[in-house]
Amino acid sequence: MDILQILLTDTFWEAALRIATPLIFGVLGALVCERAGVLNLGIEGIFVAGAMAGWLAVWLGAGLWGGIVVAMLTGGFFGLIHAILTVPLGLSQHVSGLGVTMLATSASYFTYRTALPNVSSPPRIEPFRPLDIPLLSDIPFLGPVLFQQTAMTWLALFLVALVWWVFNRTPLGVALRAVGDNPDAVDAQGLSVYGLRISAVVAGSMLMALGGAFLTMSAFDAFFFGMVNGRGWISIALVIFASWRPGKALLGALLFGAFDAFQVRLQTEVGAFIPPQIFLMAPYVLSIIALVVVARRADYPRALLKPWFKGQR
Amino acid sequence: MIRIEPRSSVPPVLKYGVPVLSALIALALAAIPLLLAGADLVEAYGKMFTGVFGSMFSFTEMLTRATPLIFTGLAAALAFRAKLWNIGAEGQLYLGALAAAAIGTGLIDAPGFVLVPLILIAGAAAGAAGMAAPAYLKTRFGADEVVTTLLLNFIILIFLQMMLEGPLKDPMGMGWPQSAPILDQGMLPQLLPRMRVHWGLILALVAAVIAQIMLGRSVWGFRLRAVGENAAAALHAGIGVRRTIMSAAIVSGALAGLAGVSEVAGLKGYLTADLSPGFGYTGIVVAMLAGLSPLGVVAAALFIASVFVGADSMSRAIGVSSYLADLVVSMSLISVLIGGFIARYKIGFGTPAKGGA
Amino acid sequence: MANELVLSLRSLSKRFGDVVANDAVSIDLYRGEVLSLLGENGAGKTTLMNMLFGHYMPDSGSVEVADSDGTLRPLQLGHPQAALEAGIGMVHQHFTLAENLTAIDNILLGSESLWSLRRNRGAARRKVQGIIERSGLAAPLDELVGNLTVGERQRVEILKALYRDARILVLDEPTAVLTPQEADALFDNIGAMTRDGLSVIFISHKLREVLAFSDRIAVLRHGRKVGEIATAEADERIIARMMVGADTEATARAAMQAGDPVLELENIAVKGKSARDSLHRVSLTVRAHEIVGIAGVSGNGQTALARLVSGLTRPDGGEMRVDGRRVTKFDPQTLLKAGIGRIPEDRHHDGVVGAMSVAENMVIERLDADDVQKHGFLRKAAIRAHAQELAAAYDVRGPGVDAEARLLSGGNMQKLILARVFECAPRLILANQPTRGLDLGAANEVGRRLLEARARGAGVLLISEDLDEVLALADRIVVIHDGRLIAADTTDREAIGLMMAGEHA
Repeated sequence: MDILQILLTDTFWEAALRIATPLIFGVLGALVCERAGVLNLGIEGIFVAGAMAGWLAVWLGAGLWGGIVVAMLTGGFFGLIHAILTVPLGLSQHVSGLGVTMLATSASYFTYRTALPNVSSPPRIEPFRPLDIPLLSDIPFLGPVLFQQTAMTWLALFLVALVWWVFNRTPLGVALRAVGDNPDAVDAQGLSVYGLRISAVVAGSMLMALGGAFLTMSAFDAFFFGMVNGRGWISIALVIFASWRPGKALLGALLFGAFDAFQVRLQTEVGAFIPPQIFLMAPYVLSIIALVVVARRADYPRALLKPWFKGQR
Repeated sequence: MIRIEPRSSVPPVLKYGVPVLSALIALALAAIPLLLAGADLVEAYGKMFTGVFGSMFSFTEMLTRATPLIFTGLAAALAFRAKLWNIGAEGQLYLGALAAAAIGTGLIDAPGFVLVPLILIAGAAAGAAGMAAPAYLKTRFGADEVVTTLLLNFIILIFLQMMLEGPLKDPMGMGWPQSAPILDQGMLPQLLPRMRVHWGLILALVAAVIAQIMLGRSVWGFRLRAVGENAAAALHAGIGVRRTIMSAAIVSGALAGLAGVSEVAGLKGYLTADLSPGFGYTGIVVAMLAGLSPLGVVAAALFIASVFVGADSMSRAIGVSSYLADLVVSMSLISVLIGGFIARYKIGFGTPAKGGA
Repeated sequence: MANELVLSLRSLSKRFGDVVANDAVSIDLYRGEVLSLLGENGAGKTTLMNMLFGHYMPDSGSVEVADSDGTLRPLQLGHPQAALEAGIGMVHQHFTLAENLTAIDNILLGSESLWSLRRNRGAARRKVQGIIERSGLAAPLDELVGNLTVGERQRVEILKALYRDARILVLDEPTAVLTPQEADALFDNIGAMTRDGLSVIFISHKLREVLAFSDRIAVLRHGRKVGEIATAEADERIIARMMVGADTEATARAAMQAGDPVLELENIAVKGKSARDSLHRVSLTVRAHEIVGIAGVSGNGQTALARLVSGLTRPDGGEMRVDGRRVTKFDPQTLLKAGIGRIPEDRHHDGVVGAMSVAENMVIERLDADDVQKHGFLRKAAIRAHAQELAAAYDVRGPGVDAEARLLSGGNMQKLILARVFECAPRLILANQPTRGLDLGAANEVGRRLLEARARGAGVLLISEDLDEVLALADRIVVIHDGRLIAADTTDREAIGLMMAGEHA
C-alpha cells in the first residue's frame, strides 16, 4: 500500500484524534496555568493521579462520570499543592512541579497497590464507548473520524472552545491574561493576584487530570504503571509550540496525534527493516524538534516563572 | 494579617536545621499512608529502622543504594547551581551504563588497571554528551532544557532497549534483553568481603569532595555560581555565560553517567533496562535536601538511601507497598522547599493598624 | 481654592527590617489643589503613597478620605480595592499595565465582575471617551499597550484612575520618562482636571517642576516630614535646604583641555528588535580629559549605545575604535581589557551578583588576574584583603566584604562598582544613569569620582535622562533621539529639550 494513501483513510484520522485527546487536555491545562504565569511541571504526576483515581472510582462502583469528577478533584488537589508552593510562597516553579509529579505518582502507585494488593493482571472496567450516533456515524469519512470517538474526546473539543471563550470573551479571561503578563497591573486594579493564579493552577490541573482519566477510562480499561509515559512532558512542549493559544493547542495536539498514528502505520509497512524502537522514539524526538523550531520566537507570558509578593515591588 | 519579610541572612541553625527537620517531618508524615494501609505504626517504623541499622549487611546495602544517589545528587546540585535545570540525570545515567556495557563486556580485553579507567571515562563521556546536547539547544536555540532533558530520558531509555535487543544483547542470556556480563577485571572491586558495597562509593565520595572544592575555591566554580545567581551581571562582567553553562552541563552529565557506570560495573555486572529505579529523579530530591551543597549531597543521599532500604525491608516484613519510600522521598522534597521558605523569610503575625475598618 | 479637606494621612509609620521608611508622617490634601511631595531618593515618598494605596500595610497610623458628600471616613488600610473604592487613584513610576492587553482592557480591568459571562463594552467606552474629551488625555484605546509609546502609556494609566472615578490622583515621578514638552502637556491636562475638582499629589525630586506646577509643597527627609510651604512663598534655595538639610554645594568643575580620542564611533548601526535598541549610523568621539554627556528621553537608543560600548552587542555596520585601535571582537571581556570601565544602568540587574560576597563582586571583572587566581584557584585571602582596602578607599559601608552584596544600600552598591571600575584605571568610563536612585550625597560622590577620572586623563561617556546632571558634569552634550545622535552646541535647557523631542532645526 502506498504510504501516503494512509493519510486519506478514515481509520487513520480516527486514530489521530484519539491519540490527540489526552494531549488536548494536557496542553489546555498547561496553557491555563502558564497564561496566568505559573509553569506546572506537576502535569506528569497529575496525569497519573487522574488516570488512577478516575479508574479506581469507577472500579469501586462510582460510574464513569463519577470517575471523571473524582479524577478532576484529585488533579485539583495536587494542583492546589503546587499553587500554594509557587504562588503565595513563591518557591521555584521547576522544583515544586517536579516534587508534585513525584508526590502524585508515588501516591497513586501506593494507593493502587494498597487498594489492590493481590492482583496479577490489572482488573478492568467498562470504559466509555464510542458515541456511534445513528445517521451521523454513517457519513462517509467524517462519520467514523468524529462519531466513533467517545464522549471524552467530545469533552476535550468542547473544552478547547470553552477555554478560548473564557480567555477572549470574559472579564475573567482578561484578568488571567493580565496576571500572567504583569501581576502589578492586576494588583493595582484591586484584583487578587494570588486568587487568580491559584484558581488558574487548580483549574488547569483539573484539565490535566482529565488527560490521565482518558487513558484509563476511554483509551484503555485498566490502570498500568508507567502508562502516562511522558504525555505530560509532551504537553508542556506542545503548549510552547502552540504559543499559548487554545486553537493552536488543538492544532498542535492533532498534528502530533497524526504523526503518531502515521508512525504506527508506517511501522507495519516497513517494520521488518527498521527496529520498532525507532518509531517509539518518534513522538519524543518530534516534541524536541518542535520546541527547538519555535523556541527563539516563542512569546512567553512575561511573568511566567516570576514569583510575585504582595507589597514588594 | 500575616507579614512576610526576607531575612538579611540565614542563620546557620536554620541552614542546617531545616533540611534535617524536613526529612524527619516527611518520615513522620509516612504514618498517614501507613495507617491508611492498616499497618501497625510501631512495627512498621521498627522494621524500617532495623532494615537499615539492624545488621552490617543491611547497613552496607544502604551504602550501596546511596552510591548512585551521590552521583546523581551531585549532577543535579552542580547544574542547579548554574540555574541549568538538568532533569535528565536518569537518561544520562543510562548513557553511562550503556558505554560501560559497550566497552566492558569484551570489546576491549585489557588488564583491569587499563579497563576500569577506560570504562569510567567512557561512561562519564557518554553522560556528558547526554547533557551537552540539551545545553547546546538551550544556549544556541533557547530551547527550554527542562522539557528537552525530560523528553531525552524517554528517548534514551528506548534507545537502550534497542541496544539490549540488538548489538549488546547477551547471546547466552536466554532471550532476555540484557547485556553480556562485564569482564571480571573490568568490575569495580568490592569494599568488604561478602558485602555488595563497592569502590563506586569511594569514587562518589571523592567526587563530592572535589566538587565542593571546585565550586567554592576555583575560578570555574566562581563563574558557575555567578552565572547561576545573576546571569545578566555575569555576562556584563565579562564571564562567558554560554561557555560556563556548557561546562556545567558537561560536568553534571558526566557525574550522572558515572552513576550508571557504578551500577553496572560495581553492582549488577550487566546492563538491563530496569537498572535504575529512578535514581536520576531522586537525585534532584537529594540535591535539594542538600541545599545544593556537594558535601550536603552525601548526607542527603545516605538519608534517602536509608528510606528506600528501610521501606523495602518493612514492605517485605509486613506487606505494605514499597512505594511508601517514593512517597516519603517526594514529601521530603516538598517539606524542604517549604522549610527553605521559612528559613529565608521572617514570618510574623502583625496586627492591622488602627483605623482599619 | 476651596478649603475642603479631602484626604488626611495621620501619623503613618512603616519600617522595613531595621530601616525606618516613614516615621509618623501626617499630610492633608484639599479639594482641587496640587500638592507636591518632595524629597530625595529614599526619603520615603513612594512608601508613603504605597501605604495610602493599600500596597503596604503601615505599622501604625491611619488615613481618612472624604466620600462623595465630602464627609471624612476612615480608610481600610492594606487593601488596594478599598483605596480604589474611596476614589484614590495612583499612577506608579513603573507603569502597572499588562502589555498583552489593549488600552481599553487595561482601563476596564477589575471594574467588571470576574464572573460576568460577557463584557459590556459600549457604555464603558462612552465613559472613557467622555473622560478623554474633558481631560485631553488622548490614547489609542484598541491598541495593545505593548505597542504604545511611553507618553501614551502614562495617559492610559491616568485614564485608568479617572475611569474608576478617582477624586484624588497620586502621580509618582510622572515626568521621569517624558520630554520637557510632554511634561508641559501633562501639567496642562492636570490643570484642566483640578479645575473640575480633582485633587493631585505629585511626587517629585525635581525642584523646578515642583515650583512651577504645584500649589503647596510638603518635603520629606529620611522618612520624616520636615516642612510644608505654599509654593508662592517658596524658592529653589528654601526647598533645597529643607530637602537636604543643608545648603548644597554644586560640584566644582575645572576647565580642561581635551586630549586624544579614547573612543571613536564611526557610522555605527545597530539593528535592534525595536527602536529602543537600535542605532542609525551614529558617530561620536570621546577624548581624554573630557566628559561627553548623552541627553535624551529613555528608550531612544541609550540601551543600544551602552550595550555596544560594553561589548554586549555587535554593530551591524560601522567602526568602533578604542584608543585608536579598531575593535574587531565585541565581547565584554575584550572591551574591559581594552580599557573600558562600565557603570551599568541597573546595578541590581547588571552590576552586582547580589547573592555573592562584596569581595567576590570586586574581582568579578578580572578573574584571570594574577592577584585573583593561581592555577585556576581563587586566592581567597588576597581577594579579601584587597577588597577591604578598596572598601576603605571608596567608603563602601555595610556589613563587611564577606557579606552578600545584595545587603548593601543603593549608594554603597554604586560605590562598590565605582571601586571596581576605577581600580583598573580605565581609558574610557561608560557611566549609564550613574546616579539613578541615589540620594544627593551619594550622587555627588559619583560626580566627584567621574571628574577625578577626567582629571587623570580618562574619557567619560555619561548617559543620563537627568538633563540637570548632564548640564552639571559634561564638557560636551550630545542628544540622542530615535537612535540618532545630534551634537548640541548649546546649554540652553529649552533648546536641548526640543532636540530631545526630535524637533531640531
